[in-house]
Amino acid sequence: MKVRLKDTFENYFFILPAIVMFATFSIYPFFKVFQLSAYEWDGISSTMRFVGLANFWDIFRHNTVWWTSVWNAVYVTLLALTFQNILALLLALACDRKIRGGHVYRVIFYLPPVLSGIVVGLIWSWIYDGNYGLLNHWLKAIGLDGLTRSWLSDPKTALTSVAVIHMWKGFGWGFVILLAGLQNIPRELYEAARVDGANAWQVFKEVTIPMMIPVFILVAILTVLGTMQIFDIIISTTGGGPGYHTEVPVTRILSTMTGTSQFGYACAEGIIFGILLLLVSLFQMRIGKTFRQAP
Amino acid sequence: MYSVTQYRAKRFGLKLVMQLFCAGVAATCLFPLFWMAASSLKTQETVFSDFSLLPSNPQWLNYVNAWTKGGFGVYFLNSIFYSTVVVVGIVLISSLAAYAFARLRFPGRQFFFILFLATMMIPIPGAFIALYVLLNKLGLINTHWGYILPQINGGLALSIFLLKTFFEKLPKDLEDSARIDGCTKWGIYWHLAMPLAKPAIAVVVIFNVLAVWNEYLLAMLVLTDKELMPLQRGLMVFQGAHITQYPLLMAGMTISVIPIVVVYLLMQRYIIEGITAGAIKG
Amino acid sequence: MTHRKKPWILGVYLAALLAGCAQKQNSSQLTIWHWMSDREDTLQELAGRYETATGIPVRFELFAPSEAYSQKVKAAAQTNTLPDVFGVLGEKRDLASFILSGHVANIAEEINDQEGAWRKLLFEKPLLMNEFDAGNGYGVPVGTYGVPLDVMNIQFLYNKDLFRQAGLDPNKPPVTWRDFLAANAKLKEKGIQGLVSGWGEIWLIECLASNFAWNIMGQDKILATLKGKVLYTDSDWVRVLKLFQEMRDQGALAEGVVTMINKRAEQIFANGQAAFAMNGSWCVNVYHGMNPSLDYGVMLPPRVSNTYPQVIWGGAGSNFMVNAKSVRKEQAAAFLKWLTAKEQQVYLATQTRNLPSNREALVDLPPILAEFVNDMDRTVHPSLMPLAEFPLVTEAMTKGIQSILIGEKTPEELAAQVQAVKDRELEKQMAQR
Repeated sequence: MKVRLKDTFENYFFILPAIVMFATFSIYPFFKVFQLSAYEWDGISSTMRFVGLANFWDIFRHNTVWWTSVWNAVYVTLLALTFQNILALLLALACDRKIRGGHVYRVIFYLPPVLSGIVVGLIWSWIYDGNYGLLNHWLKAIGLDGLTRSWLSDPKTALTSVAVIHMWKGFGWGFVILLAGLQNIPRELYEAARVDGANAWQVFKEVTIPMMIPVFILVAILTVLGTMQIFDIIISTTGGGPGYHTEVPVTRILSTMTGTSQFGYACAEGIIFGILLLLVSLFQMRIGKTFRQAP
Repeated sequence: MYSVTQYRAKRFGLKLVMQLFCAGVAATCLFPLFWMAASSLKTQETVFSDFSLLPSNPQWLNYVNAWTKGGFGVYFLNSIFYSTVVVVGIVLISSLAAYAFARLRFPGRQFFFILFLATMMIPIPGAFIALYVLLNKLGLINTHWGYILPQINGGLALSIFLLKTFFEKLPKDLEDSARIDGCTKWGIYWHLAMPLAKPAIAVVVIFNVLAVWNEYLLAMLVLTDKELMPLQRGLMVFQGAHITQYPLLMAGMTISVIPIVVVYLLMQRYIIEGITAGAIKG
Repeated sequence: MTHRKKPWILGVYLAALLAGCAQKQNSSQLTIWHWMSDREDTLQELAGRYETATGIPVRFELFAPSEAYSQKVKAAAQTNTLPDVFGVLGEKRDLASFILSGHVANIAEEINDQEGAWRKLLFEKPLLMNEFDAGNGYGVPVGTYGVPLDVMNIQFLYNKDLFRQAGLDPNKPPVTWRDFLAANAKLKEKGIQGLVSGWGEIWLIECLASNFAWNIMGQDKILATLKGKVLYTDSDWVRVLKLFQEMRDQGALAEGVVTMINKRAEQIFANGQAAFAMNGSWCVNVYHGMNPSLDYGVMLPPRVSNTYPQVIWGGAGSNFMVNAKSVRKEQAAAFLKWLTAKEQQVYLATQTRNLPSNREALVDLPPILAEFVNDMDRTVHPSLMPLAEFPLVTEAMTKGIQSILIGEKTPEELAAQVQAVKDRELEKQMAQR
């Protein structure tokens, strides 16, 4: 009994440094954000007014713009979960297979995340420009004049256009994790499957996918968190417009906080947003568990 | 059954498709980089009117100017220092915690894990002022540690999460045999789990180096002395509220991208070596 | 073992760095925070000159971009760690909040000393932006709470070459709204784009809407609207919104202005890809840097009514405030007085190519910039009003104008929505009292 107690105690030492960091630098800001969410405060004044749950109540009852922004982020996230991750997986598979020039590709695919947001914003607003943009130029060249438009200010295409930039900038993250995951699969497993006469597709289905499920879940959760919190690309391309078509939760929180100086209200938005993300992540982890137990 | 030629043809076709696909995506990734480098060699006049990727009259002096005007010397060293300390801190602390979450049993395991995960959820803008107040109380405003510690804390959640996933994937029997050989938990963590998780650790290093290297909001909040500021502070000089000196900015950004790419080059070797290097046999 | 060495090296490195950062404290030193990254060298140089002249060391500390700066100042206010001199970014209510929390010193005495010698040097309205008079709606005690470092205003620019191409007289820019639309129609025939501006940054939309409103209904009616006595559904306000709809319907706007950031809009105008621009006086230097041969002129925003005079947005470019809690308040105010004196202002203006806040420092201005200066007396700004609109109302208005520009809302619908937001805000305000 004593041994086991000592054992558990020892186990705590592994997470102790992390807990100390968390307790010092996260708990107080966390607590403060919760506290401020119950106040009306402009972020400067030495006095603030207690309003209880009024901020939350207002978000749920009146703030349609906020919920539009959440929906916009969900839309971009759904696109990223599918297109961005499939792209990342295909590229990771290709590089895992030692294709010619694979080591060069591995470097190149990680370049978009490395690039500064300023460069990305400049280049893409030039690609999407209505009159002088590359995209319209190409569309005209292949005879699709009817599709040309000012991509970032047309309400029909603004959000998707921003999503494309985000996915292009973001697939490198998923690529690196997936590649690391693929490389972590013992080669012996592939060889054994081959010896059993499995073709490439069967190997992929029987060996790669089951081994990769935890990594898929990881990438999926990180994609959701990363994409739901998108904002810098939006600020440097559309500023949330036209109207509210590309507003997302973080741009709303920022403009509530500094644009309209409702600091407490912004904290309430932040908490609602955080809880949403936490729920989604827990849900994803639950799915991950069922998958892992199934086979 | 396929004949050998059919099989070869099919393999060749598949390889060609893969090759074309990769090359296409690679082109879109390289283009902005070339554009940035090309712009860094132009003048303010030509940067948005001359679209050639090889400027006819390259302004190499832009690099010298960017380096001196941006005061990159000190900032560069500072950034290397911050990146090293923060990343080493994150790797040590997060790998310990991740190993515990993946392999060890203790009450409250799930609770603590979700607690850490939650730090990834609440967007930081709301917590900025609170962090400042806290650092002020701790006397850490305008110090190295005031800038380093919050960043270590900030990188922990993602890293723990990532490493936990990979530790869980490691074959259990290896650890069991090590335990039978008389290894302690600490020994297994350090000599077995860590080497095996090299690819994941490389990923953690890559992600966090990039985050620390590009960080500037926290630097502006916490630091006051110019001598303590990181590299991004140098880039600010070229972006006025109204006038942006694009060629110098691009030159500065090109300089600042190089170390990141170098770190990535070094680290991706570990991703690839991974298990194939025979770490399991050890 | 090689990897054993690493922590050891790190430790030495660390110790060396930490040892090097012992704080040098200087009790007479003035510390100044600012966000103007393009003026760092110039301010540093001036600091050196001041120390040589007076023996008082001055330290300028730069925090950029401005969003980061503004967070830092707010955070420092919470912990009472603001420097001797700083700038407050944002709107007048933010300044009011800093003042009411006791962070900003009233320098009225210094400004009005010797029959207002200092005051007389400066442009009137930019200084007024930092002042509060009796009965202001912010509840701030009467006083002067800051000094402008430079000034600016926002007008229309037109490209003379493109005018020639379209057969328009390059020396006669449109004056009335009808002229403006007619000129656009001609330009459009030649495939030339009309107005470009950074309307993705909604404050530029607010600026043009305000020009229209002042021109149509004048100050008194605008004030009455702020007080809630005139509704946004009033026909004059609907008229303001309709002007935006007309620009859209007539195709008078460049592609994509609705979401464009202003730096992109500046590229487009500088490269001769649009005939008109709406931009601030700083643009003269931006255009000069990008395309020195650009042939263009300045014009007032088109006149939409003859009832009230035409106005433009403008005022201070940046302001400095003295920390009320600083022990070096007098020295700080003295430094600001020195900084806004002619010699320093000339240096600052020529080095940074901004318009000086000191009227006597206007030397060697390029002709276009001189035109901007001549219109300084026409400027209006929300900060010059005794009370401000609720921020949520302004947001609903400007965002809504974007919706008008993409054809999703009619002016009447928007007017009703803006008024609804206003009613809610008024209601909240009543409940608090």
